[in-house]
Amino acid sequence: MAINVKVVDRPLSETSYVRATLKGLGNTFKHLIDPHKVTTQYPEQRESISPRWRGTHRMLTTEDGKAKCVACGLCPTVCPANCIKLVPGEDEQGNRYPLVFEIDEFRCIFCGYCQEVCPEEAIHLGRHYENAEYSREGFVYDLERLMAQTHPVCEMWDPADPKGE
Amino acid sequence: MSAFLAMPALLQAAVDPQAAPNFWPWFLATALKLLVFFTLYMVIVAYSTLAERKISAWIQGRHGPNRVGPRGYFQPLADGVKNFMKEETLPPHVNKALFIIAPMLSFVPALMVWAIIPWGAAYASPWGRIDMVLADLPIGFLFTLGIGSLGVYGIVLAGWGSNNKYALLGGLRSSAQMISYEISMGMSLIPVLLLAGNVTMRTIVNQQAEMHAWNVVTLSVAFVTYLISAFAETNRLPFDLPEAESELVTGYHTEYSAMKFSMFMIAEYANMVTQSAMLATLFFGGWDIPFMTADNTGAVSGPLVLLSVIIMMAKTLFFMFFYIWIRWTLPRFRYDQLMSLGWKLLLPLALGYIVVVASLMLALDAMGIERGLAYAGIFLAVNAVILFIAFSLIDRGRVLSPAYGRASAEELARLRGITAARANLSTQAGD
Repeated sequence: MAINVKVVDRPLSETSYVRATLKGLGNTFKHLIDPHKVTTQYPEQRESISPRWRGTHRMLTTEDGKAKCVACGLCPTVCPANCIKLVPGEDEQGNRYPLVFEIDEFRCIFCGYCQEVCPEEAIHLGRHYENAEYSREGFVYDLERLMAQTHPVCEMWDPADPKGE
Repeated sequence: MSAFLAMPALLQAAVDPQAAPNFWPWFLATALKLLVFFTLYMVIVAYSTLAERKISAWIQGRHGPNRVGPRGYFQPLADGVKNFMKEETLPPHVNKALFIIAPMLSFVPALMVWAIIPWGAAYASPWGRIDMVLADLPIGFLFTLGIGSLGVYGIVLAGWGSNNKYALLGGLRSSAQMISYEISMGMSLIPVLLLAGNVTMRTIVNQQAEMHAWNVVTLSVAFVTYLISAFAETNRLPFDLPEAESELVTGYHTEYSAMKFSMFMIAEYANMVTQSAMLATLFFGGWDIPFMTADNTGAVSGPLVLLSVIIMMAKTLFFMFFYIWIRWTLPRFRYDQLMSLGWKLLLPLALGYIVVVASLMLALDAMGIERGLAYAGIFLAVNAVILFIAFSLIDRGRVLSPAYGRASAEELARLRGITAARANLSTQAGD
């Protein structure tokens, strides 16, 4: 009930509007002449991101420029967002390779399970977050595009060194 | 045609520098002043939007706009281009005629008021005395009050014509607020009028120069009430209830876009600049150069005119800065606080002050004290007493009422009794 609101007789220093205003003006002026700025000038300056940052995917390649992926099918299985499309293929020597490997970056929740589960350390999440496209289709990254990414990859959490030191 | 042919001869005809010029020199000088002053005005208005954004950014520890041109100095140009390029929407539910006419109605008065502000000492040209004011109207600041308050029609019609509940509420608030504060604004100018004995801006400036004391010293209380009313009249924080973006989605210009919206914004900043110039003229000595009497003797030479213009400009820009500084310091008032401040505090204060000033002047004149520093000193002492009373005795949570009401002890006990009785009843019923 509103009628039980306590009415306090505060001292003058707390109820005076003029004093509070002058104090506020002083405070804002102090900030006005303070050269310290809290913002980051984004395209020129960037905040450093964690080595465990999970961003845009990247497919690592072998020395002869082929994808490390052996199309084992673990990543589409573990993916909770169901964003990886994998069609396996096999060459004459019996080496498995992905015929189709697509990641829908819009569906992806960047959990990093695909990187954790990959036996060949082929698919990685990367330390990169600037993705912009003109269409939704542009966010479905195919194998060539995943291999063409050059940004540093995400380092996985090491239980022996939990703070990454 | 013959007048055009005779022009060089007329221009060469040397007349007394203190006398009023002939028609053609006057005409050319006025045309030139029109061009210069209005260009200057629009540039100041445009750059005050940048100043607002920059100062707000600095106060909040940011950089502000810094992408267009060196350090963002061309931002107003980019804003202007953007506003011209944007789509002009005309919502289907609006009253078309009022919707279109409203921005003009707030834009035109805002520009008109500028004409009567004196920008410097009169220039003693070879063709006669040239006043640094576009229109030295004999009705002086009454023109500003009259035309300035026409701007409220623009806001009210924008609110009504938009056919939108938030816009209408903004328009309603604005009309109530501007009408309330116009009264205390006019009343706080009467002491100035009493002291100067005339309403023209030139006489007011001259009076302050002759007394060697600006009106802010002699009429400090009027200055305070005028300052507060000026904030309310220009709808600036802490009085920006007509806009109130957090509750009314920017109030009266909710439905406006592109250049029509821009016209409201230009009108707001133009009014700010004009009010700053008014404050500088009426209370801070206008173009009077401090500690110098050479500029007070009618028309003066070129460099002195330039210096006086710079002085006036500096004062005006200081008040512009003050407007912005206040905006980024104070939160918005509640509607009842706004009304009670205007009607219960400012109006009685301004009215009472008229009586004080009038009787003080009568007494001092009867005692035969010259209009000079001693005269101003006595006024200052009286002002100090009044301001002390106003700021120490009234300003105890009463200037702006808090969110709760103050109930008397008996009333509180009665209400608590009712709650207690109800609580007893409910526990008995529960058992």
